[in-house]
Amino acid sequence: MATLEQQFKDIMRWVDDRLPVTETYEKHMSKYYAPKNFNFWYIFGVLAFVVLVNQLLTGIWLTMNYVPTGEGAFASVEYIMRDVEFGWLLRYMHSTGASAFFVVVYLHMFRGLMYGSYQKPRELIWVFGMFIYLALMAEGFFGYLLPWGNMSYWGAQVIVSLASAVPVWGDDIALWVRGDFNMSGVTLNRFFALHVVAVPIVLLVLVALHILALHEVGSNNPDGVDIKKHLDDNGRPLDGIPFHPYYTIGHDLPGIVLFLIVFCAVIFFFPDGNGMFLEHPNYEPADPLKTPALIAPVWYYTPFYSMLRAATFPLFGMTAKFWGLVVMAGAIAILFVVPWLDKSPVKSMRYKGLASKLFLAIFVVAFFILGWLGMQHPTPAKTILAQVCTAIYFAYFLLMPWYTSVEKTKPVPERVTF
Amino acid sequence: MNKGRRNFLIGATSVVGTAGVVGVAVPFVGSWNPSAKALAAGAPIKIDISKLSEGDMIGPIPAWRDKPVFVVKRSAAMLEKLNSENNRLADPDSAEEKQQPAYAQNATRSLREDVLVLIGLCTHLGCSPKFYPKITPEDFDPNWLGGFYCPCHGSKFDLAGRVYKGVPAPTNLEVPPHRYEGDSVLIIGEDEGAA
Amino acid sequence: MLRLISVTLLTLLMSFSVQAAESGYPLEHMEPDLHDQASLQRGAKTYLNYCMACHSLKYQRYKRTAADIGIPEDLMLEHLIFDPETKIGDLMTNNMKIATAKNWFGAAPPDLTMYSNLKGGPDYLYTYLKSFYQDETRPFGVNNLVFENVGMPHVLMELQGMQVKTCKDVPRLAANGGEMRDPLTNDYITEKLCGDELVHRGFSPLTHVEGTGSLSAEEYDQVVYDLSNFLYYTGEPARLQRTTIGGYVLLFLAFFYVFAWLLGREYHKEFHREH
Repeated sequence: MATLEQQFKDIMRWVDDRLPVTETYEKHMSKYYAPKNFNFWYIFGVLAFVVLVNQLLTGIWLTMNYVPTGEGAFASVEYIMRDVEFGWLLRYMHSTGASAFFVVVYLHMFRGLMYGSYQKPRELIWVFGMFIYLALMAEGFFGYLLPWGNMSYWGAQVIVSLASAVPVWGDDIALWVRGDFNMSGVTLNRFFALHVVAVPIVLLVLVALHILALHEVGSNNPDGVDIKKHLDDNGRPLDGIPFHPYYTIGHDLPGIVLFLIVFCAVIFFFPDGNGMFLEHPNYEPADPLKTPALIAPVWYYTPFYSMLRAATFPLFGMTAKFWGLVVMAGAIAILFVVPWLDKSPVKSMRYKGLASKLFLAIFVVAFFILGWLGMQHPTPAKTILAQVCTAIYFAYFLLMPWYTSVEKTKPVPERVTF
Repeated sequence: MNKGRRNFLIGATSVVGTAGVVGVAVPFVGSWNPSAKALAAGAPIKIDISKLSEGDMIGPIPAWRDKPVFVVKRSAAMLEKLNSENNRLADPDSAEEKQQPAYAQNATRSLREDVLVLIGLCTHLGCSPKFYPKITPEDFDPNWLGGFYCPCHGSKFDLAGRVYKGVPAPTNLEVPPHRYEGDSVLIIGEDEGAA
Repeated sequence: MLRLISVTLLTLLMSFSVQAAESGYPLEHMEPDLHDQASLQRGAKTYLNYCMACHSLKYQRYKRTAADIGIPEDLMLEHLIFDPETKIGDLMTNNMKIATAKNWFGAAPPDLTMYSNLKGGPDYLYTYLKSFYQDETRPFGVNNLVFENVGMPHVLMELQGMQVKTCKDVPRLAANGGEMRDPLTNDYITEKLCGDELVHRGFSPLTHVEGTGSLSAEEYDQVVYDLSNFLYYTGEPARLQRTTIGGYVLLFLAFFYVFAWLLGREYHKEFHREH
């Protein structure tokens, strides 16, 4: 036995001299010290990774039978659903995975806002994360066109037409994006290339950067305490514990299985989410002559779609359509600068003042309402509600420098609490 | 810390987890099997052979399971010479069972003496051999008795699809399941007695 | 927390079942039953006899259908497939040319493979097929409550017979919402309502013309149920397989969770020791 172990060590030494395998493993797994006080909210990063793997695998497998042409796309999806062995499962894993991705990413982002995970020195982690979110939105948008159902078609039509809100060059940009005078197989082809090749590569690079940046400065925690301030004799954080195996097995594994239970329940029992994950009009092929009664994007875009529709009046000589685009783009762009908007001396919501708590709560409620409104037919009352919620959304961010600096904060403990 | 308990749990969780991974692999592996569409295309097909004249071949036709199929009507002269140089063949008696149905395991490797039905894929690496029906010296064989020659790697087969010795192909060309409906209709992909 | 999320999610899902046709006519609910193979077989038979000439099921194959609903392949070929060139593995297409169809009906008859999914469930078809009524202003002499001015003729008329839009005597409602009765005879006090007013009160504005159609009302309901059930099946043929496998998957995951949780706890116990 000893010789076998010795042989393994020799092989590892040989490899390590040429490629830092052991060093990398230790840096990111067995000697990466994570704070001991992680709670429920710290599972979603890992879950996002699980879903990413699911999307990559099922996505690769779907391309094996999918036909990216205007004539063949819709039928090829039904071919996958009916003729390919377990094709329906692969497709539902992918379509449900898309929604699951946004669920866990939204919760992950909320965790960041709640515990100030974007604050110094973790600004870059947040910025990379926002780029991931942006890439994910692009990935979802391009992917949604691919089944070439009627909702795919008109949804993409509406979003591409947004480009025409850009002054002067708008119509030319929309034409260029489509590559045709209307949405067509040409557009489908390029969206396919972006969805299965370009965006996934960008996404993987961003995920790597996100994790590298995190492991450089270490994880934040619900107390927002810096665990590197108190080290033991060996220079290890007293409030930290090796990520592997303590978090991987002690925390993430049961969490992942719990998540899979919910995920599989949806895949096997509500794969279309009653029209929310797979919308009903998408069960007929794209028809350029017939718009579905209600064009609603998939649920994860609806808050921003509401904000787009909330701009109903021209201003400063620009059209309402233009301002809709500005509001929507601004709503996403403002997320990137959160690390510089928060002036609070403390990180975690636990020790921030009442103003921060109230603003966060109202913000979350407004975000949910916007999401709901985005799935409804606009009425005058709903439009006003959307405008109010849009105002709250922006107020949360724009007033942050003010309310985080004037509010009274509670003292932060020296060590983490449980 | 109870080491025994922990090791037991690690083992048990690993076993269950591995079962889960195998389960997840099932749809991914299964989806590579022929789809319902491929299976439908692999259904038996009918060929009219009434216009096939002696010494000619229909094919290669993309026929059964999208594989090229050769249907040859052998002339009396061809049949006469067919078993004259069996010592040059690797498996003259068609002993290799899976290369033909039992009803074609005979001297002419066919159901009807004159009509030869073959899958036109070389048993070496799957190229499609060419038909050289004439009993005449060829570049690749001065004593050619007619048959099939594979341009990819030089394998030779006689007019019953039997492989010659000393070529890369290991076995005779495959005879697909087939049957006749009357005199002129050949059904490929279905055995005598089925349906 | 997790429970809270899943409950919220489910509530959100529930709130999405809006069940009314575009015309506003309320849909009658039917509970599909994929285990009832006799119903699916009758539905398939009705479909292939009455609907298939115009409405293809071009994403679905005969072979799969036969296997899933329990019709032997040779019986399917013999009795339900009318084109001798059609093979059992073929897609369920028809020879309807789109241009001809537009000429005849004003619009091409849609493929119905996923019509049930498109309409959010089988209720739409079920109600639609029961809602044809006489309307001489229409090209085929019929109109439909669910799909106003539909271009399709009432192909099941020989079975159902004709319905006409009539006014009906229905119990008058008291101010408190109860139905009014005569205090002496205890009979309902009725009023004559027509059209939408009947619909609002939950009554059908249609009356069957006596002596038309070969089936009784119950028999016709069964035919329509079977047909809707069959089209619910074609919408997603893997549905039964899906829920069966799903049950096993969830059971397995629950089993796995026990071990994962126990093992996780082993490591979690050590969080408060110094490392």
